[in-house]
Amino acid sequence: MQRFALIAVPYAWLLALFLVPFVIVFKISLSDIALAIPPYTPTLDEGFGPFFAALDFENFAFLASDDLYWKAYISSLRIALISTILTLLVGYPIAYAMARAPEEWRPTLMMLVILPFWTSFLIRVYAWMGILSQEGFLNQFLLWTGLISAPLTILNTTTAVYIGIIYTYVPFMILPIFSALDRLDGSLIEAAEDLGCSRFQAFWLVTIPLSKNGIVAGSFLVFIPALGEFVIPSLLGGSGTLMIGKVLWEEFFNNRDWPVASAVAVILLLILIIPIILFQRNQQRQAEADA
Amino acid sequence: MNQTVFAPWDDPAEKPLIRFENVTKRFGEFVAIDDLTLDIFEKEFFALLGPSGCGKTTMMRMLAGFETPTEGRIELAGQDIAPVPPNKRAVNMMFQSYALFPHLSVYENIAFGLRRGDMPKNDIDDRVGEMLKLTRLEKFARRKPHQISGGQRQRVALARSLAKAPKLLLLDEPLGALDAKLRQATQFELMDIQEKTGTTFVIVTHDQEEAMTVASRVAVMDEGRVMQVATPERIYEAPSSVYVADFIGDVNIVGGSTKPAGAGQYHVHWAEGQAPFMAASDRAFSDGQACHLAVRPEKIAISAERPSDAENAVQGTVLDIAYLGNLSTYHVELPGGQIIKAQTANTQRISRRSFTWEDPVWVSWTATAGVLLEQ
Amino acid sequence: MNRLSWFNVTSLTLGFAFLYLPMVILVIYSFNESKLVTVWAGFSTKWYGELLQNEAFLDAAWVTVKVAVLSSTLATVLGTMAAYVLVRGGRFLGRTVFSGMIYAPLVMPEVITGLSLLLLFIGIGLDRGVLTIVLAHTTFSMCYVSVVVSSRLMTFDRSLEEAALDLGCSSFMAFRLVTLPIIAPAVISGWLLAFTLSLDDLVIASFTAGPSATTLPIKIFSAVRLGVSPEINALSTIMIGIVTVGVISASLISKRNSLRQQRDEQAAARTA
Repeated sequence: MQRFALIAVPYAWLLALFLVPFVIVFKISLSDIALAIPPYTPTLDEGFGPFFAALDFENFAFLASDDLYWKAYISSLRIALISTILTLLVGYPIAYAMARAPEEWRPTLMMLVILPFWTSFLIRVYAWMGILSQEGFLNQFLLWTGLISAPLTILNTTTAVYIGIIYTYVPFMILPIFSALDRLDGSLIEAAEDLGCSRFQAFWLVTIPLSKNGIVAGSFLVFIPALGEFVIPSLLGGSGTLMIGKVLWEEFFNNRDWPVASAVAVILLLILIIPIILFQRNQQRQAEADA
Repeated sequence: MNQTVFAPWDDPAEKPLIRFENVTKRFGEFVAIDDLTLDIFEKEFFALLGPSGCGKTTMMRMLAGFETPTEGRIELAGQDIAPVPPNKRAVNMMFQSYALFPHLSVYENIAFGLRRGDMPKNDIDDRVGEMLKLTRLEKFARRKPHQISGGQRQRVALARSLAKAPKLLLLDEPLGALDAKLRQATQFELMDIQEKTGTTFVIVTHDQEEAMTVASRVAVMDEGRVMQVATPERIYEAPSSVYVADFIGDVNIVGGSTKPAGAGQYHVHWAEGQAPFMAASDRAFSDGQACHLAVRPEKIAISAERPSDAENAVQGTVLDIAYLGNLSTYHVELPGGQIIKAQTANTQRISRRSFTWEDPVWVSWTATAGVLLEQ
Repeated sequence: MNRLSWFNVTSLTLGFAFLYLPMVILVIYSFNESKLVTVWAGFSTKWYGELLQNEAFLDAAWVTVKVAVLSSTLATVLGTMAAYVLVRGGRFLGRTVFSGMIYAPLVMPEVITGLSLLLLFIGIGLDRGVLTIVLAHTTFSMCYVSVVVSSRLMTFDRSLEEAALDLGCSSFMAFRLVTLPIIAPAVISGWLLAFTLSLDDLVIASFTAGPSATTLPIKIFSAVRLGVSPEINALSTIMIGIVTVGVISASLISKRNSLRQQRDEQAAARTA
């Protein structure tokens, strides 16, 4: 009896507030927009028969025909992919240096990486607005050094979105790589050098393969949330930056087209399922390897 | 005249405290306990001995109530215990990891079980005091488990499991986490406490020396079956199978076939062209039956000349000498390649030692020194 | 023992500069006299004063804290239950669906979670306000709590629970007297995580909040869309300050505890 309640309470909660809402999203994605409250048709008031008869894939056909959506999906994928690679390039040296740091420093360094994660995401993105604007600190600094003669336009471009994604998600990249490198036995590198590898070869042939799981985990942890990102493109990216999270938001709040917004969400979910499954596999493999 | 000897298992009128009746336990395909029947008597110190994975821990967990038998029945004082949940059993367990509650003091750990009943506060205090005294922990009552040493933790675990005065105490590798010296001292302490409290102890161990030291009877287990249940002396001196003989202590096993040679006497033919060994056996063997002769190394003498009165003597060469300080073990190769281990006590200094590698020597033993086994 | 090479020193310096400089600049310019955020015109705390006069911000902050306390507490209870079910529940009908529902919200884009919850609330005719935000926040943060707690439960020595049962506890008592006190640090960090997630959340709150209840992130977002403002800098500085003090003191406490534990253990080993 106790066991039943223990399982049933969180189960029912998640069913009602996680799974059922998705079914609703899916259902509305098959409905038509209407000038009513709620602004879609059909509703169950009309009975089951006409209800199912009125559902169709019209919205999906519309998404396929309007190249705005296509471009938004492709552009989201491209931005997520490029920023994942960039985050890896920024995060790996930091994780590597942390793992090489004296042992008594490492907990402090770890804390310093985690600390930004506890501060508001919105504030961290906002901080870059003041840095990247026309008269922002970065331009002031570059003008002062004489590297440029006229201020660059960075804010409201895709470059700013890349910087924002790298900045907010780099802790997710550093932590799994650091934990992989931290466990790496230092004598393996010495053994490789003893067997004739140069420093770089030892790094390439031993360190990189042994931190592969961390790299893969970190990359998914950046790629998956970046794909559906809303705050960063809407604050740092301009009208030229197309990302699907922003499109969905605008479709819902500005155009009040709930059926199309729902259809956008369903497709985004379908795209996300692949990296999520790959990520799960990687985690499972790692758990098995550790056991 | 036998009144002082504790041997309820030899008395057919005695009722066992615990009875396993054809108990089988399966985990999926894996058979952990295979049709096992066993009696354990009140006030016994009973040891379940075997290699890891032999099912001894499963038996203990079934007694504690954390596993239920797939088939068969377990009785405690004549009652089937299957429907009784662990928290209602008059059985307590001392865990291998000790499982001391890290957030509670030593005192509170010991009082934990008592507080679950409706015992008055004063009685709880008295009982905990008694337990602290029994295990010599009075000074540490206020400490937390991480503030005391491994040996003290072990005693807390013991005190906690004894506090409720269970009918039966289960000890899962109780000394496994202690170092060798402390372990020996603790073995005697355990026996002492068992005697003082009169509780029935069932101990699970893979350490044969520990089982032999503490137990009134030992059950040697392998692959879910009990191979032999007997007193430590009988297990050592009269093993019932090659497995038991080999598992307990060091032994020479010589394969051969028997030929009866008078009342309880047999010739063991062990190699072509060699004189047979003489062996006495209570068990009957037929003519030409395959057998194994098991002889403990310390029962084999080693000498330069053939001893005139030996019932079994055979010549070989010294292959290896293992010097163990108090003892030396000689590995002697017999004609045909059989190797016999003979042990001698080092009563003299090493420089006077008589044999060295490649020396031709005689090994000899009496007809009653060996045990004849069928399998 | 390892000496850091120049390469490692450089990557650490640049890396942490990258992580912290933007926030440092933000904090410094919150004390700027000028309304123009990028031009330094002398030290002043006037923006903090103005912030404290701004009723809209104060109201939003109050709503945010209320939502965070309620939702993180609910999420901690539900998430701990869910973690216990996942680690100790054994097999039951629909276990795979259950664990899927625990992990899915962690990787779900916020826009989708927000949209789906809003459609649900409208579908059942629930007025949007504090209650709907609390429900929404509880749902996604309970999953984080359950991940934190279940990873602690997985390393939990099961024989402790068995010992409690063996000594006469019912399974509920064993949980209350033994398991819960021992996993308490994980439960507390789960609560803190849920609390900060709720404080930070913009997207899901935007979908589920009604006109009657606006949270601080929603307020900040609508202000920030119009550009950088010194008032927001001041507000950000306060929030950064609270988090920094909180996280650093939490880590100091846990470090002190583990040092004490280590010292006790060494002392115990010596007296043995």
